[in-house]
Amino acid sequence: MRKTVLEAVGLHRAYGGVQAVDQVSFTLAEGGALGIVGESGSGKTTTARIVVGLERADAGRVLVHGQDRTEHRRGRAHRLARARQVQMVFQDPYLSLDPRTTVEAVLRETLRLHFPGADHPRRIAELLDQVGLGPREAGALPRQLSGGQRQRVAIARALAVEPAVLVLDEAVAALDVSVQAQILNLLADIREQTGIGYLFITHDLGVVRCVTEDVIVMRQGRIVESGRTAEVLAAPQHPYTRLLLDSVPRPGWDPKAIAVARRSM
Amino acid sequence: MTTLAIQAYRLHLPNTARPVLAGVDLTVEARETVALVGESGSGKSLTSRSALGLLPTGAGTEGTVRVNGDDVLTMTGDQLRALRTGTAAMIFQDPRAAINPLRRLGDFLTEGLNGRLAAGAATERAAEMLDAVGLPASVLGRYPGQLSGGMLQRVMIAGALMGDPALILADEPTTALDVSSQAEVVALLDDLQERFGTALLFVTHDLGLAAAISDRVYVMYAGRIVETGPAEALFNRPRHPYTAALLASTPRPDAPGGRLAAIEGRPPSLREALTGCPFAPRCPLATFLCTQQEPALLAVEAESARRAACHHSDRTGANDG
Ligand SMILES: Nc1ncnc2c1ncn2[C@@H]1O[C@H](COP(=O)(O)OP(=O)(O)OP(=O)(O)O)[C@@H](O)[C@H]1O
Ligand SMILES: Nc1ncnc2c1ncn2[C@@H]1O[C@H](COP(=O)(O)OP(=O)(O)OP(=O)(O)O)[C@@H](O)[C@H]1O
Ligand SMILES: [Mg+2]
Ligand SMILES: [Mg+2]
Repeated sequence: MRKTVLEAVGLHRAYGGVQAVDQVSFTLAEGGALGIVGESGSGKTTTARIVVGLERADAGRVLVHGQDRTEHRRGRAHRLARARQVQMVFQDPYLSLDPRTTVEAVLRETLRLHFPGADHPRRIAELLDQVGLGPREAGALPRQLSGGQRQRVAIARALAVEPAVLVLDEAVAALDVSVQAQILNLLADIREQTGIGYLFITHDLGVVRCVTEDVIVMRQGRIVESGRTAEVLAAPQHPYTRLLLDSVPRPGWDPKAIAVARRSM
Repeated sequence: MTTLAIQAYRLHLPNTARPVLAGVDLTVEARETVALVGESGSGKSLTSRSALGLLPTGAGTEGTVRVNGDDVLTMTGDQLRALRTGTAAMIFQDPRAAINPLRRLGDFLTEGLNGRLAAGAATERAAEMLDAVGLPASVLGRYPGQLSGGMLQRVMIAGALMGDPALILADEPTTALDVSSQAEVVALLDDLQERFGTALLFVTHDLGLAAAISDRVYVMYAGRIVETGPAEALFNRPRHPYTAALLASTPRPDAPGGRLAAIEGRPPSLREALTGCPFAPRCPLATFLCTQQEPALLAVEAESARRAACHHSDRTGANDG
């Protein structure tokens, strides 16, 4: 049995009258990959933001290596230590990268902040190599890069901090399939090499099958099903999970029947 | 009349060494769903935006882009405005970037109808369209930041339906949605096509979705159509190695986990002029001929409307996808 790196216990978050996240609990094993799939508006992003610390939970706790992240201790050192536990990669890296900073400078700033005094040029080269970017891209500004390259930069920046957990929220959704395949292979390699754990949010059940070991299915703020990814996808137990699987486009696919089934649920 | 007819369309941008669209031919008939797929940066969005006359600054064009017979490229400002609020509507890739975060969604939905409908009637229609996309009328009073990405995309689709368009240009409209909401949106677009005969150009990088929803498919690479044909035939037996590679790199829920067959390398930069086939440097079938001479888009099977731009289309094998 592998050790648990991340544990969420009874997370709740309401906005006005909407229970965005309702009694959500899960664990992620060290070096494991846990997928979150579910309806849009079901609370996946809110859950991720609570885990990262970008959003406060009304109730519940997030533990990393058994230590509570949600009890906020003030001060720069604690803030940096929290950042080293969990990093996040968003759907659109363009919005999270400074348009005036080159790729190399982004990594240098992050490393200076977290590891003052270390040998940065070597580590920068290592990170760029890890995500498959060359010296040409190192000197480029975000707008001079393709979407897939920008997503690699965002991943490299997150990895620079050497986090225990990487949270990816629709991180490959905007990429075309060929670039997506490169990034998914890259993520698999990195997990193998570093033992980092992934919390992987996606709408794409093919992607979930490809990169995760376990999966939770969310609907209206709640977890409706969870288990080994291969088993959940092969033999879904909850009607909503079955609906999701039936919704995957394929020959003979009937969107009207799915729409009717969805509304009657 | 063909609803959208793009002919020998070339688009040049400043400071580039080659045209970003290099001779695109594409049609969409009334009631037809046409999918446009291809690599990021290949020119899909530029192509679909051109149908609304939305061109990057400094762009130079050749060829024609006709909507209901009228060439968009020569329209006056007034004609373009009428086109964009009536005949043609666009659903963009990223709803957060396309909707002003500081305005109520009710105002976003009714803005195109200002002057054409009384305020009350416009609001009523907005509520009707929200219902059609599965959202409550209370959304009218909310701000974009209060909705999830998927909900906001449905608002955007409701917005596109407001003016009863003859042509809908949908640029990755379901990328932000879960698969069951995606099915609902597709059902909705289907229904509209049946009722109003709307023509739909659907840009997507989901080949499974393209196969399931479209009548015909165009595959784009480096600003060119490299393969086109009826969806089923094209995906069952791709005749361009790029189409075959795209199919092979698609992850599937019923496939075993593990590494995907990614296409190594990347598409040519706009700063380099091209000689030969633009896919040759990444192509497993490339020969000397491919590096020297650009293949034309030619019929590959006498009896059907299938065309591919490949010197070796006869060697591109069946795909089990
Ligand atoms: N800042 C906010 N203010 C008000 N409501 C919010 C806010 N953020 C999220 N919500 C609501 O919380 C619910 C969950 O949203 P969330 O973004 O977590 O969903 P999601 O599962 O990530 O959806 P998607 O798949 O569409 O991204 C939605 O009903 C949304 O409208
Ligand atoms: N406004 C613009 N100014 C300069 N270059 C542009 C502009 N819009 C697009 N381009 C360039 O034109 C090329 C085609 O872009 P386009 O947005 O059409 O690609 P796409 O096929 O839609 O890609 P994606 O799948 O990533 O959306 C790209 O190289 C892009 O960088
Ligand atoms: Mg989300
Ligand atoms: Mg695009």
